[in-house]
Amino acid sequence: MSMRVSHPGILSLLQDSGRNGQHRLGLSNGGPLDSEAFHLCNRLLQNPTGSTAIEISAGGLQLQCTADTWICLTGAPMPLSVNDNEHDNWTVHRVREGDAIKVGFSRAGVRAYLGVAGGFSIVPSFGSTATVVREGIGGLCGKALNTGDSLPYPVLKVCKSLFLPFRERPRYLNSLTVRVIPGYQQRLFSRVAKRRFFAAPYTVSERCDRMGYRMQGPAVNCAIGGILSEGICPGAIQVPPDGQPIILLNDRQTIGGYPKLGAALSTDVARLTQLTAGAKVHFAPITTDTARRALRLSTLRLLNLPLEERRN
Amino acid sequence: MKLQVTGENSLILYLGEDADEATSARVHAAVATIETALSDRLLDLVPSYASILILFDIQRIDHITVMKTLRKALAEPTTSAAGKGRTIALPVYYSRETGVDLEPLAARASLSVEQVIELHANTGYRVFAIGFAPGFAYLGQVDPRIAAPRLDTPRQRVPKGSVAIADRQTAVYPSESPGGWNLVGRCPVSLFNPAQDPAMPIAVGDQVCFEPISRAQFLSLGGDLG
Repeated sequence: MSMRVSHPGILSLLQDSGRNGQHRLGLSNGGPLDSEAFHLCNRLLQNPTGSTAIEISAGGLQLQCTADTWICLTGAPMPLSVNDNEHDNWTVHRVREGDAIKVGFSRAGVRAYLGVAGGFSIVPSFGSTATVVREGIGGLCGKALNTGDSLPYPVLKVCKSLFLPFRERPRYLNSLTVRVIPGYQQRLFSRVAKRRFFAAPYTVSERCDRMGYRMQGPAVNCAIGGILSEGICPGAIQVPPDGQPIILLNDRQTIGGYPKLGAALSTDVARLTQLTAGAKVHFAPITTDTARRALRLSTLRLLNLPLEERRN
Repeated sequence: MKLQVTGENSLILYLGEDADEATSARVHAAVATIETALSDRLLDLVPSYASILILFDIQRIDHITVMKTLRKALAEPTTSAAGKGRTIALPVYYSRETGVDLEPLAARASLSVEQVIELHANTGYRVFAIGFAPGFAYLGQVDPRIAAPRLDTPRQRVPKGSVAIADRQTAVYPSESPGGWNLVGRCPVSLFNPAQDPAMPIAVGDQVCFEPISRAQFLSLGGDLG
């Protein structure tokens, strides 16, 4: 029972919720960039949290189904079709043996998640199936999906046809406020530099990938150009000597020697990774307490979002 | 000792300012203390030259509690054995064919190639940090006489196992990759093997020494001259 990749699209990666506890080997986390859309994909399919799904960047993935199952596409609005019939996103669909599944290109946003009932059955590497191409770890032999790859899945007998009501679906806009917990070397940045960082609009640059999102805007200068290499947390905001901040993401290197201002809140980082070049971003400082409350609210919301069942 | 907020579920502990043996020993000892103190509320740790990044489960513990717990745990004296790490010997085939930068390094230092090899092999190193790529360990300190800056133009392809120098650090490339360090030899032992447990023979805080081996020994240990 498997899906055969007829076309991998721009970049399609097998991801579970990411790799933990392996930083000491130099392994980063990997995992879905938009963790909320990934989580909801598994919730809709009634899968265990963190089941392996495909992260599709920009679009273009085509699959051939070899056994009846259910699928669901969440995240950025990419048109989904089964045998050339359009299907809704954020909705569980029955697919049959021989069906051709096509994911078109995104109209807004960058990443979508295609899940299957029961999740894809991939052998974990260092405790996770998350693909980190730079490290050659996870997924199928550490690589992005390719034409001809076979993605196994379990045969399940039942799966409810759930969908996320329209009012609850995220909108993928072209601007965002990213909340930031000041930390790390923030004291090495002048008050003026920090005020500028938190007041000025920044633009998402062309140089964005799963390692980091480079921003463009007023330079934030630091008193020193480099520090003794140290651990980098998810969402860390690194400032190289050109003063243009980089938000470090799931596939970042585990240690680095550029000064950092702090780190962006994970729920906002998830939205940031849906932005394309040219989108506007504002940064707003928050305390660790506010961050904790925001995270708790976000977790509760994701767990309790009301899903509805489709009646035929 | 300084504890600093880094992100929504992380703190960084600074135990010094410089890359030196004493600081690295404190880092190594503190890793064990932190693991015990936070136990299953700890998600991950990134020990480095003079710091430890601590990632914790924010659903179960907050920054203030972590800070209090760690301040208390780290204030207690550690045994003298803590921070020492193990000593691991890695065989190295030093030669012009595996160490294309030996001659430029020797010329730069006004030494012979044999003297460069001797200075590299007769020094004990400490694993200061692991990062950059899976299994890439930063070892220090290289004898100042053979310390050399990175190449102006990094090589497109550095073979797996290459032993190299950059400033006062040395490393074994765990896999084939681009790289700008000065190559002096090649190690037949894999520094990162996902199929093995543990995947790495060394960890931060360990001592590493290099043992010169012949071409024949290198090949018999599974070394690849490609």
